[in-house]
Amino acid sequence: MMAVVHMFADAAVIAKRNMIKIKRVPEVLVFVLLSPIMFVLLFAYVFGGSINIPGGSYREFLIAGIFAQTVVFGSTFTGVGIADDIQKGIIDRFRSLPMSQAAVLIGRTASDVVYNVLTLLIMGLTGLVVGWRINSSLWEGLVGFGLLLAFAYAFSWTMALVGLLVPSVEVINNASFMVIFPVTFIANTFVPAENLPSVLRTFAEWNPISALTQAVRELFGNIPPGTPEPTAWPLQNPVVYTLIWAALIIAVFAPLASLRYQKAVKQG
Amino acid sequence: MGNVIEAFGLVKHYGDVVALDGLDLAVPEGSVFGLLGPNGAGKTTAVSILATLLIPDSGSARVAGADVLEEPARVRERIGLSGQYAALDEHLTGFENLDMIGRLYRLGRSRSRVRARELLEVFDLSEAGNRPVKTYSGGMRRRLDLAGALVASPPVLFLDEPTTGLDPRSRLDLWGVIRELVARGSTLLLTTQYLEEADHLADRIMVIDQGRDIAQGTPDELKTLVGGERIEVTVVSSSDLPRAQEVMQRFAVGELASEVRNRKITAPISGGAAVLTRALRALDAEGVDLHDVGLRRPTLNDVFLTLTGHAAESNGTRGTSEDQPSLAGRAGS
Repeated sequence: MMAVVHMFADAAVIAKRNMIKIKRVPEVLVFVLLSPIMFVLLFAYVFGGSINIPGGSYREFLIAGIFAQTVVFGSTFTGVGIADDIQKGIIDRFRSLPMSQAAVLIGRTASDVVYNVLTLLIMGLTGLVVGWRINSSLWEGLVGFGLLLAFAYAFSWTMALVGLLVPSVEVINNASFMVIFPVTFIANTFVPAENLPSVLRTFAEWNPISALTQAVRELFGNIPPGTPEPTAWPLQNPVVYTLIWAALIIAVFAPLASLRYQKAVKQG
Repeated sequence: MGNVIEAFGLVKHYGDVVALDGLDLAVPEGSVFGLLGPNGAGKTTAVSILATLLIPDSGSARVAGADVLEEPARVRERIGLSGQYAALDEHLTGFENLDMIGRLYRLGRSRSRVRARELLEVFDLSEAGNRPVKTYSGGMRRRLDLAGALVASPPVLFLDEPTTGLDPRSRLDLWGVIRELVARGSTLLLTTQYLEEADHLADRIMVIDQGRDIAQGTPDELKTLVGGERIEVTVVSSSDLPRAQEVMQRFAVGELASEVRNRKITAPISGGAAVLTRALRALDAEGVDLHDVGLRRPTLNDVFLTLTGHAAESNGTRGTSEDQPSLAGRAGS
C-alpha cells in the first residue's frame, strides 16, 4: 500500500518537473499547438472542398480523424522526453535514488497528457472556426475527448519503450513517423474505410485508430444521417474496441517499458 | 571499522569489449578511495554497478551493508552519486533540481526546500539558485551535481570523474568542497584520470586498466613506485655541468640522471616547489647559468608506463599529461 502511495507521490514530482519544462521552453509548446492548427486548416480547405460525403460535410467528418491522428503523433513526445533524459544522464540519477522505479515513466506519460489536452483544446477551437460542431450533447462530446486522451495515454507507453530502446533522440522522430504515419492513414481517419481496396480495408476496419475515430465521430454526432452501418465488428462497437486496445497496449507495453527502464543507462 | 564498499570478482562485458575483468574492491568506512585509470578502463562501469545502475555479468558487491544485486533499494537509500556529465535538468533552476531530488529521497516538502537552500549556500550557488541550470558555467553545474548527491547526506558517496573537463580554477574549488565532505566522515569512492587528483583527495588509490586492478596503495606508495617528483635542469654551457650535478646531488633523493649531450640533469626529489626554489638559489650562488628548469610530477602516463609498459590509452580528446610547466619564471624568488 505504502509502495503505491510512494509511486504516485514520486510520479507527481516527475510530472511537475516535466511541466516546468513546458513553461520554460515555450517554443516546444508553440509547435505542439501550431501543427494541429495547420492540420485542421489544411485538411478543411485543401481536401474539404474536393471530397464529398453524401448527406454530410467532409470537414465535420475529418475533424475526428485529425484529432485522432494528432494525439497519437503526440505520443512521440513521451519517447523524445525519455530518450533525452537518458542522453543527459538524468535517468542515471533517478535510478540511483531510493524512489519508486515505476514513477519516472508514470510521471512522464502523465505529464504528456497535458500536452494532449492543450492540443485538443486548440484543435477544437480551430475546428469551431472552420465550421465543425458537436451535434450531440456536451456530455457525449466530453466523453469523445476523454476517449482520445485515454487512447493517446495508452499509446504513449509504446513510445516510452521506443524512447528507452533508441540510441538517441534524433532516431525517435523518424522511427515514430515510419510507424505512426501509415497506421493513422490506413484507417478511416480521412476517407471512409469502405472506399479502400480489400486488404487495406480489412486492416483499416480492425485498426484501433479507425475505431477511435469512429467512436469520436459518433460521440460528436459527426456521422451524416443515411451513412450505411459499418459491417466490421470493431466499427460497430468502436468505444469498446478502442478501450480494449488501450487496456491491451498498457498491459503489454507498461511492463516492457518498466523492465527496460531498470536497465537504462547512459551509453558511453 | 569494516569495509563500507566491497566488491568481489566483478565482470562486465559489452559485446566483445571487456569493461570489468574480475575486479575486487574494499573501501573502509570513512576513507576516500581513488579509482584511477584512463578512459575506458572500467571506472564508470564499476561505479555504475556499485550504485545499482548496472548488473554485472558475474561477481557481487555490498554497499553500506546491503547487497547491490539483492537489495538495490536499500543501497540507493544510503548512497549519493554524481557523474562525470552533470546529470541535471537544464530547464529547472538550481533550487528546483535539488528540491526535486530531496522529494525523491522522500525528505518531504519542507525539509527538501530547506536542504536545497542549505546546499546552494554551501556550494556558493545561492545567487544562481533561481536561474535555470542552462545558464550555469561548467564549474557551477558540477557543484550543483555534487550538491545533488549530498541532498540526503548519504553515508556513501560515488563521484565519477568529478572534475573532468573543468578548468584548473574550478577544479581546485571542487577539490576544496570534496575535502570538506570527507572531513565530515563520508566514505567516498572517486574515479579520476588524474594522478594529481587522486593524490590530493584519496587515502588509497587503485590503478585499473582494461577492467583489472594493476596496482594499489597509498598515494605515496604509488608515487614511490613510479619515481615521484623530479627536477629537470638544462644548463647553458656544458662546462657548468659538473658543478650543476654536484649542486643537484644535494637535493636529490636518489641517483641523478644526466644527459651530457643535451646538458640536462634530472634529479628525483621530494618536497616540490620548496625544494626547487632552494635548488635554484644554490645553482645561482654557484654561478651556474640555466637554459631551462622544470619541476615534473608523475602523471597517469608515468604510472602506466611503469606498471604496464604502455602509455595510458585514452579514447578521449583530453590528454592525460599533467606535467607541470617550467617554473623558471619564478626562479630566484
